[in-house]
Amino acid sequence: MKITRKDFLRLTGLSFLAAGTIEATHAIAGRSAAQESAPRKETPSQTVRWGMVVDLRKCRKDSGCDACIQACDSAHNIPQFSNPKHQVKWIWTQPYETVFPFIQNGYAEQTDAGIQVPLMCNHCADPPCVRVCPTQATWKRADGIVMMDWHRCIGCRYCMAACPYGSRSFNWLDPRPHIPHINPDFPTRTKGVVEKCNFCEERLAQGQRPACVDACPEKALVFGNLADPNSEPRQLLRERFAVQREPELGTGPSVYYLV
Amino acid sequence: MFMFEKALEGSRRYWIWLFCVLAVIAVGFVFYMYQFNVGLGVTGMSRDVSWGLYIAQFTFFVGVAASAVMVVLPYYLHDYKAFGRITILGEFLAITAVIMCMLFIFVDLGQPARIFNMILHPTPWSLMFWDMISLGGYLLLNAVITLVTLTAEREEVAPPAWIKPIIILSIPWAVSIHTVTAFLYAGLPGRAFWLTAIMAPRFLAGAFCSGPALLILFCLILRKTTGFDAGQKAINALAVIVTYAMAINVFFILVEIFTTLYSRIPGDMAPLEYLYVGLDGNYHLVPWMWLSGLLAVFSLSLLLVPSWRGNRVLLPIACLAVFFSLWLDKGLGLIVGGFTPSPLDTITTYTPTLPEWSIVIGVWAIGALMITVFYKIALGVHEEIGEEEVHESVLVAGAAGR
Repeated sequence: MKITRKDFLRLTGLSFLAAGTIEATHAIAGRSAAQESAPRKETPSQTVRWGMVVDLRKCRKDSGCDACIQACDSAHNIPQFSNPKHQVKWIWTQPYETVFPFIQNGYAEQTDAGIQVPLMCNHCADPPCVRVCPTQATWKRADGIVMMDWHRCIGCRYCMAACPYGSRSFNWLDPRPHIPHINPDFPTRTKGVVEKCNFCEERLAQGQRPACVDACPEKALVFGNLADPNSEPRQLLRERFAVQREPELGTGPSVYYLV
Repeated sequence: MFMFEKALEGSRRYWIWLFCVLAVIAVGFVFYMYQFNVGLGVTGMSRDVSWGLYIAQFTFFVGVAASAVMVVLPYYLHDYKAFGRITILGEFLAITAVIMCMLFIFVDLGQPARIFNMILHPTPWSLMFWDMISLGGYLLLNAVITLVTLTAEREEVAPPAWIKPIIILSIPWAVSIHTVTAFLYAGLPGRAFWLTAIMAPRFLAGAFCSGPALLILFCLILRKTTGFDAGQKAINALAVIVTYAMAINVFFILVEIFTTLYSRIPGDMAPLEYLYVGLDGNYHLVPWMWLSGLLAVFSLSLLLVPSWRGNRVLLPIACLAVFFSLWLDKGLGLIVGGFTPSPLDTITTYTPTLPEWSIVIGVWAIGALMITVFYKIALGVHEEIGEEEVHESVLVAGAAGR
């Protein structure tokens, strides 16, 4: 087998062309994905986009309170594991400075420092978890809710690596023996699947508000349609200074925090 | 079936080795059944560090699989005849490594019975989908190539002409498997440690030294146990490849460290601090990462001096150091570093458990079994046709005939 320099260059070119084709296919596939998975950001065509505004001034008044977490846990059959490695969390709290590290800037100490911030799935406009899921077991609805199909999920946990908010939990063990009181109106999950906050889509379907919103004694959680300029959350966002978690990543969170 | 009868005849030593390997596989399988019944909670993985040793091993062995291109490319594109005898060994190593990768993905799944959902609901915007395509395709290509070339060798005829374009295709395909694997990580927002464009090049550099280093070790073992001589010229050429690739790999690591440390962006620095100096009192991986670094420097200093590189004692030591350095770097630090600290700045320690290690060692043993059987077949065919030079001359004749 004798290969001249010319032949070799030709072959190298062909090899690169083949490699390039794979990349090009990616790019095309990626674009069509973006087209299919509804509008990227708030677009005029979207009439409903569910979202939440968390008023941290109201919440911190009662910093020992966990009514929202209790309500969510019992509504959604969330197992209670003592081992933090195995915990399943839909709504939980975390210290302010770890949630909003960019707000702590040197001498400009924030009055909110030290409070606990309620966290949940951000139901992103462009969710990375949906982008990476290899089976479309997680997807975005037209009303902005990022959903999970617990019967399709293969448990690869790629979505957990992709979520920049740590909002996803995996069932490392069978959750059923660890559910204090099973709510027969909501499914329990099996081991080996990922789950997260669903914005109480089962309650929305019946015209109710999310369980955490109803449970809050201070009315610190405000839920509504972000696409409607007259909705309660939109009014609050006009009146007060609000932040999202890591907006610079371009995910477009639907959960806002009033600070 | 595929000259399998060659694997069924062997010395007493051969059979003892095979039974030892099978015993290790059996232990791994028992622990896998335990994990299957109880859940992935039997591993050390957690809500924060949600991938561990399994995915890390997958990543590392994709590199070993891709490295076959380092013998295929010189032999088929540059007509480098010294690789004539070891090309088949490289291809068999690729097949073995790809199957190990698939097994590592499989044992990592929470719901393995649903794995075909990947095919039932194909999702081209997920990199996992492309990894399935590239790994599956690479396995198929190498299976066809080895089957056809080995059959031709056995029948002492030239391999059919149509196999040549398939061999050429396997070259960019090898690059693609490790590129796509790097993209699995490098395309995620919010994981600063992985969000780097140099990830794919770094993966390839690491692959092209760890894979050929393993191949050198296999050749030396075969020389001792079977008398098969890969040829000193081939081994020396492989050693040069390992040297260049290791130098580039170390360079890429240093480039990564410079960018992070000089820019001093806290979120980017944290994973590196965690891995190399410890973060908030957690020094868990620090000794291992420094060991990896020291082994890299040590191996490189052995490899860079030509007389040491050619030394029969020093070369295997250097190859072991390269392999283990890369194994620690990619098979341990890369994955855990990506998850630590978590998006909420917490540090969760990841320590693989006994069941987890047993399953990993079980998959390695499956790899050892496959490579033993494959090499037995390849060498069996060699012995059968007797002449050492036939493989080469047949291929040359084949090329001339075209």
